[in-house]
Amino acid sequence: MISHLTHTSIMVIDLDRAHDFYVNKLGFKPVLDVPMPQGGRWVTVSPPGQPGLEIVLSPVDNRSYGPERVTLLTDMIREGAFGIAVFTSADIYATYEELSAKGVVFKKPPTKEFYGLEAIFLDDSGNWFSLAQITPSV
Amino acid sequence: MEAAYPKMYLYRRLVQAKLFIDAHYAEAIDLDLIADEAAFSKFHFLKLFKSAYGRTPHQYLIHVRLQKALGLLDGDLAVSEVCYAVGFESVGSFSLLFKRVHGCTPTACLAGRRAFRTAATTAPLQFVPACFATRNGWLAENI
Repeated sequence: MISHLTHTSIMVIDLDRAHDFYVNKLGFKPVLDVPMPQGGRWVTVSPPGQPGLEIVLSPVDNRSYGPERVTLLTDMIREGAFGIAVFTSADIYATYEELSAKGVVFKKPPTKEFYGLEAIFLDDSGNWFSLAQITPSV
Repeated sequence: MEAAYPKMYLYRRLVQAKLFIDAHYAEAIDLDLIADEAAFSKFHFLKLFKSAYGRTPHQYLIHVRLQKALGLLDGDLAVSEVCYAVGFESVGSFSLLFKRVHGCTPTACLAGRRAFRTAATTAPLQFVPACFATRNGWLAENI
């Protein structure tokens, strides 16, 4: 029976820039950065509150996808075709202000929704994420 | 994107204080100085900071120092050098706090990190699930 999610991946356009974004702007923990003898690197990060979840930063490059798909995927990512995940915060306003001060681009500021508050931001590649503060249900 | 919401100006000052700690963690800063940076009264600042971040400013400062110390143990510094580099004044206090938070002494952690770096160089595939290794061309397909 499936019990946990341990790895998931996000397609990124530039691996070093993405690593800097997730670690130094979002505050994720760097977990692994292992060069492979055949080329490429295995790079993973974790949200600070979920050390058991590794997010694989997966570069869109010719070795993995081939030149035609690289162009297509890069364009789609930059256009915001991929909404990847929902991240949560105990205080969305504090997180919103901090990420904004660090240069993270928000498409939507903290806004009341039926489940609490939600904002939407982009990573450095163009993937978009929901940032939510969930109101506990009574 | 600019937004207006309740207590926006308070949040901005609070975040500036947190970013001040992030930038100056290795220096001898104290709560009064941090509260001054945010233009709060010390009591009000402490209460708001704890509400937003789940830690008092002092607890957060220690947290940042210990996180940075963990990162520095990946380099070539000795434990005492790491201790002073992140703003602690006593190796003994640093080691005690480090163990409480990270579950191992700085010395044990340093040895562990070095062993990891060796393993990552000599057998990198042990860190990668087979599905990803195959997909990336690091492992021949076995289907």
